[in-house]
Amino acid sequence: MKLQWKQYSLFILILAVVILLRWQFPVIGQVALKNSVDYLIQMILFIPPIFILIGLLEVWVPRKIVESNVGPDSGIRGIVISILVATAAAGPLYVGFPVAYALLKKGCRLSNAVIFLGTWATIKLPMLMMEIKFMGLPFALTRLALTVPAIIVTGYLVEFIAGKGKEQKSSGKILAGGSRKNQALV
Amino acid sequence: MFNIALFVFTLAVLLYSYKKDRQKTKQALKIAYNSFRNILPSILAILGLIGLLLALVPKEFIQNLFGNNSPIGILIISAVGSITLIPAFIAFPLAASLLQAGASVMAVSSFITTLLMVGVITAPMEIHYFGRRFTIFRNALGLLSALIIAVIMGVVLK
Repeated sequence: MKLQWKQYSLFILILAVVILLRWQFPVIGQVALKNSVDYLIQMILFIPPIFILIGLLEVWVPRKIVESNVGPDSGIRGIVISILVATAAAGPLYVGFPVAYALLKKGCRLSNAVIFLGTWATIKLPMLMMEIKFMGLPFALTRLALTVPAIIVTGYLVEFIAGKGKEQKSSGKILAGGSRKNQALV
Repeated sequence: MFNIALFVFTLAVLLYSYKKDRQKTKQALKIAYNSFRNILPSILAILGLIGLLLALVPKEFIQNLFGNNSPIGILIISAVGSITLIPAFIAFPLAASLLQAGASVMAVSSFITTLLMVGVITAPMEIHYFGRRFTIFRNALGLLSALIIAVIMGVVLK
């Protein structure tokens, strides 16, 4: 299988900048390199389990179950489940994208996918624990209390705007870009 | 600790799946590998960018921003929070030290919330999965709610 250079172009560009920096400004370049390698190691810790879980989700979980829990008619129950599942997440938001995408493909409602992403980004448990530790309980709880409604409203607004006028087609359109690329790789 | 729990949980589910149906488990691993390979270039690029950003933008630069608590100052802080991508385990200690150094709650919470809610660097990846419209509106609404949350927090927490 041929390597897709275009996909790696940004990474190669950044790598070139780091190497140039390392050569011209050894101190800053070294810090940049060390930071990146540190994060890479951190990433290796939670990326494999998350992608394996995505694979297992696609193979084992029937569409019906996703639809009845977080689908178009799931209502408040769907919101609560989306928030609860995402609070248990680990890893930065960009690892959450493929998870939300897999859920959408299984029939998750668009608003719930956005709520899932919002929760993943801002109030997942490991992050809250860190926030309480550094910022104190009042700060963390106030932010939590304000963030939950904001996330829910954002979910419905994104669904309303992104799916405006073409209710049925919209989710298909949203999925088309990603799935084409996914299929090309299978 | 959380990572270990995730690993153990995944391993248990994987083993159970393998016991039930080898073929399906193989297929699941194939899907996992393909979606991982799909995302790998973007992840490598983002990790490189974070490294560069943290090396090139000194902490002092961010700290200096917090001297200005006018609406324009808050907007600048929010813009920096939206564009930069600082991992939580660096961002929270930094935010705590800013508060101690006398920065206002409004400024610090606008920095934290935009940092978490708005992702300019990760936008290309989000577009790849969900499309341009979705990404623009999700992030724009994130910025708006981050600003509202910051203002309320500034009022509530003295």
